[in-house]
Amino acid sequence: MKLVKRYWMFLAVLLMDAVLVLARPQLGQEVVRFTVANFREMLLLLPPVFILLGLMEVWVPRETMTKYMGADSGAKGAALAVFMGAAAAGPLYGAFPIAVALTRKGASLHNVLLFIGSWSTLKIPMFLFETGALGARWSLTRWSASLVGIFVIATIMEKLLHRTDREQIKALAEGMSGD
Amino acid sequence: MFSYILYGAAGLGLLISYLKDKKKTKMALMKAWKPFNNLLPDFAGILALVGLALTVISPEIISRIVGAESGFLGMISASLVGAITLIPGFISFPMAYSLLERGAGVMQVSVFVSTLMMVGFVTLPLEKKHFGAKAAYLRNGLSYAFSFVVALIMGVVIR
Repeated sequence: MKLVKRYWMFLAVLLMDAVLVLARPQLGQEVVRFTVANFREMLLLLPPVFILLGLMEVWVPRETMTKYMGADSGAKGAALAVFMGAAAAGPLYGAFPIAVALTRKGASLHNVLLFIGSWSTLKIPMFLFETGALGARWSLTRWSASLVGIFVIATIMEKLLHRTDREQIKALAEGMSGD
Repeated sequence: MFSYILYGAAGLGLLISYLKDKKKTKMALMKAWKPFNNLLPDFAGILALVGLALTVISPEIISRIVGAESGFLGMISASLVGAITLIPGFISFPMAYSLLERGAGVMQVSVFVSTLMMVGFVTLPLEKKHFGAKAAYLRNGLSYAFSFVVALIMGVVIR
């Protein structure tokens, strides 16, 4: 019963598929063929991607990396920030509390912005899955264009966020407890 | 083909990890299982729905709305859907694949994927709470604009 509840959407669609197969056999069969092909292709990609994701979560040392992301960390700090975001897992809002913690631990605004940008669109497990689903040409182009993009966005934001804005960001970070 | 490489990499990674630290490897597998198990119901549901919807809706209609010829207007509608909805990447890529197969354009699908990943309309209040209103609006606004730049590049590179 629990399983039915969890997969209600999937089961509901299957029911609609079944109705369609009975009512309009030709269209129904095409739906089934398209759906099965999609599932076979995509489902196969998930297990290894998630295993790599789990391994990264355990082996990438977040704490020690933060130390090298301060104001004068230069290219090394930026590279670490991008890598830390890319090695992450989960939706973008999962990055917010970590970004706040980075700010509190002294990472520069530029690096924090790079971290959020990288988390949003450069995540390695996602990149692997994207490559499997849409091809290397697609994923490599999007990944490298986005890599340039997050640097551009971080640089523009840094210019537009004035001292009072930065102080507000710092104050917000200090005010957030937890972590 | 690529999935074999993935399985090879995952297997090799597990082996090295296991040789170095059994406990950590077990933890990694647990950390892999939880999000996978959480994703599966939505993944199956939405993928099935996409399979149904994109077959019933004819490729002609799809390409009229988000096809290559839909141009900038098609990109705008795709980007709005991407900016507003919260769809996990693991679901959006199969969706993108199906859309492309059924007549959607590269630039339209690309701007959908990019805005989906970088712009978060629904999570904007949360973002404001963490970084202040100005930083949140700036990041989302710039990300939205940049998604179009990425899409243009994609349009040139992909066929």
